[in-house]
Amino acid sequence: MAGSGPMSSYWRGFRDGVPFLLVVVPFALLFGVLATEAGLSVFETLSFSVVVIAGAAQFTALQLMQDNAPTIVVLASALAVNMRMAMYSASITPYLGALPIWKRAITAYFLVDQTYAASIIDYEKHPDQPITDKWAYFMGVMTPICPPWYVATVAGAVLGETIPSELGLDFALPIAFIAMIAPALRTRAHVAAALTAIVLALGFAWLPYNLGLIVGAIGGMIAGAEVERRAEA
Amino acid sequence: MTDPTTLWTVIILLGLGSFGLRFVFLGLVGDRPLPDWLLRHLRYTAVAVLPALVAPLVVWPRATGGETDPVRLTAALAALAVGYVTKNIYGAMGTGAAVLIGANYGLA
Repeated sequence: MAGSGPMSSYWRGFRDGVPFLLVVVPFALLFGVLATEAGLSVFETLSFSVVVIAGAAQFTALQLMQDNAPTIVVLASALAVNMRMAMYSASITPYLGALPIWKRAITAYFLVDQTYAASIIDYEKHPDQPITDKWAYFMGVMTPICPPWYVATVAGAVLGETIPSELGLDFALPIAFIAMIAPALRTRAHVAAALTAIVLALGFAWLPYNLGLIVGAIGGMIAGAEVERRAEA
Repeated sequence: MTDPTTLWTVIILLGLGSFGLRFVFLGLVGDRPLPDWLLRHLRYTAVAVLPALVAPLVVWPRATGGETDPVRLTAALAALAVGYVTKNIYGAMGTGAAVLIGANYGLA
């Protein structure tokens, strides 16, 4: 049985968050290495991780800036990658919506894949916790996830400066993205979304300003939603 | 690569935008439900955007000047296959890296 009180909830969250170190640290290291390879300073790289605090969006922005895509395309694409955060926000609101606004703002800042996933499972399992305990749990999960994200980014950036750029890390990023996406292709709708996005992105690669990416992304979303709708009908 | 003004513009606006996405419901909308059609599309953003980003990089890598490279293509397909079958991010990453490193040293 779970103990009660905010401290007990905090530590339960902390324990549940620790395994995510295995996910967070390698990604942050890789971001640090690739960002310095792309010419960012250690300070710029750290700022990126602290201000944006979203791995896939950071990688996306970094890649498109290296491709000299227009700033608006960089922002639109990286924010599209982060669109799922709005879903997390919607999904966690029934549990934490009654917190004071400053606590909701802190929660929003730290709302990433791992903190969301762990918290929502805990809230469903322990629906009777007072809201202070729920928030303590969230902050407990966040502790071994978000600060290590910053630290490992710096470690990667410092390490990256010592790696000669001829080693050809250019393909680490596509491989990292493929490795993230492949396990997420759980249903036919996911596969349809990904395949449509690939075909359109390649077919419209000739468009200026990386607009082929936007065409592929929107087309993929429509395809995924349509396959899901038909499966339900 | 990018000049500092562009870089900081991206960092700050992307930070504000990402915070906005995370805050929008928690802070502003409350617990009113979203329309189904919107949620349905939002569910597929990640699996659409990332493949659209990666596909051209795989088929026409920058490092080869845009020429399709059998080693990179194989590494990408191997990572995809392992990730899809095992659902394991690190297995997929390791497979892709192993193909790249193996081919580079094997052919050098």
